[in-house]
Amino acid sequence: MSDAALTLVGDRPGRTAWMARIGMRRTGVSRTALLLVAPAATLMLIVLLGPLASVLALSFTDYQLGAPSFSWIGFANYQEMMADKVFWISLRNTLTYVAIVVPGSVALGLGIALLIQSGTSLRSWYRTIYFLPVMATLIAMAIVWEFMLHPQFGLVNGALRGIGIQGYSWLQDRHTALYSLCAIGVWQAVGFNMVLFLAGIVSIPRQLYDAAEIDGAASAWSRFRLVTWPMLGPVTAFVVVISGIRSFQVFDTVHVLTKGGPSKSSEVLIHTMYIESFEFFRSGYGAALTVVFLIFVLLLTLIKSFLAGRGAHDA
Amino acid sequence: MKPHPRFSPWAVARHTVLLSGALVILMPFIWMISTASKPQTEIFSSSVHLIPQTFALWDNLRTAFVKADLWRILLNGLIVTVSIFVLQILVALPAAYALAKLRFLGRDTLFALVVFCILIPPQATAIPLFLLLHQLGLLDSYAALVLPFTISVFGIFLMRQFFKTVPNDLIDAARMDGLSEFAIVWRVMLPTAIPAVTAFGIFSVVAHWNDYFWPLIVINSEQLRTPPLAVANFRNNEAGTDFGPLMAAALVIITPLVIAFLLAQRRFIEGITMTGIK
Repeated sequence: MSDAALTLVGDRPGRTAWMARIGMRRTGVSRTALLLVAPAATLMLIVLLGPLASVLALSFTDYQLGAPSFSWIGFANYQEMMADKVFWISLRNTLTYVAIVVPGSVALGLGIALLIQSGTSLRSWYRTIYFLPVMATLIAMAIVWEFMLHPQFGLVNGALRGIGIQGYSWLQDRHTALYSLCAIGVWQAVGFNMVLFLAGIVSIPRQLYDAAEIDGAASAWSRFRLVTWPMLGPVTAFVVVISGIRSFQVFDTVHVLTKGGPSKSSEVLIHTMYIESFEFFRSGYGAALTVVFLIFVLLLTLIKSFLAGRGAHDA
Repeated sequence: MKPHPRFSPWAVARHTVLLSGALVILMPFIWMISTASKPQTEIFSSSVHLIPQTFALWDNLRTAFVKADLWRILLNGLIVTVSIFVLQILVALPAAYALAKLRFLGRDTLFALVVFCILIPPQATAIPLFLLLHQLGLLDSYAALVLPFTISVFGIFLMRQFFKTVPNDLIDAARMDGLSEFAIVWRVMLPTAIPAVTAFGIFSVVAHWNDYFWPLIVINSEQLRTPPLAVANFRNNEAGTDFGPLMAAALVIITPLVIAFLLAQRRFIEGITMTGIK
């Protein structure tokens, strides 16, 4: 997982590894080493591993913040979840969001990267512009989008009116709210994927194109089909999984723009978890929702590690 | 691919598509600046125009700074992001050095744990961390915003990979000069790792300046709000009444990072794409 991504940031000159053996001449070094790692190890335990174990344990309790005591209730939280319509709506919406944003942002990211690399002029300008949404604070830009999608005074409906089309109340209509959030998600993620693809395209050896041309691959399309696409295979798989993980975590736009509404039409997993845990303070039930979220994300992460492990051998 | 002459049909098509795409990407930014520059009467008109007839940016900015207390908010953003970054480096660098260059009991286990922890999404630990901070009475404070992020396992991993490439001779020479292991970390390793530290710094600052989820959970007080919290709150209070100052506030919140990005694009793209690893 890490190696494939590191090639994006690594590869600077002077990284020639010295194969010198690590020489430990002093016995004190081992103790010093422990002192050096102690703060990190302690914090890792308190802030990451401890909470991870706790969230799992909490999901089997009925703990509520402020309650004097709690009891172990086995799988009751999970049973409640399975019987809760909101959970299923939330899960379906999250999967819909992922199923739209991932292909959308990956395909557009790839298309833009290919177009940018296919010529030489204005390359860095385009790269900068498309990357801008990745940088800009999503909450601030979500609020701008909200006003762009304003039914009466927004730019989108204004433009639609201009060509004689009746617009929607995008974020207030249960048929369009989730898809509007998807559009914002794609808008924000395209630049990120584009940059990953650009790095992939640059690393394709030139000779492959020459060889393809000699073999009669004259058109741009056949060069893409025979060289670019197969060579980008590992990068594409990697980008798909990363986009999947990021889309699964969607929260900011939902919380500030729709609060999961109208009538739960844009409710997503992390938002449900947030409401249960931090507005109703049902820590136990929130923890169970977190565990479900974790299972999905870890599944995607495992795929990523698997792909990266394979990619490292190819490289 | 073959070089194309400057005005070939292909080049025209390439620029047409890329420019139209760029326009869509930029439209929210344009609309934000346009709305932030309009007086209320022009904002609430159903005829869409981008160039304001009366230029009201300064008025809107002034209103935003007063109503949303933006100076304080920007200062909060700065305090939180810088504290997080400095603490992350203080914790990560010694650990990364030990993991890369020293031998000690449990090193491989510790490194395996670091790699495992990279996989934990931040939302997963939110409930226990919130309960912990509640127990300690630290909710609604700078500490609540900073402490959970003092350790970046990703930072440790990145620095460790970088330190692996530093020649051992350099470290041996430093030891010969009588430097302690602590001194080696800060006086030998840190200077060699500046490019990696910069990339990581950009990644860290951008992530925490833009973070909404965690501040939303732990912060209640108005004077402790981070930039995303403040702008979301301003929107909840003002939405429907006056979009000019709201857009001006959004503009102010994104400006520091956007300017830094435009000044050092390559470094930023390098730093932020590292999030892919998380």
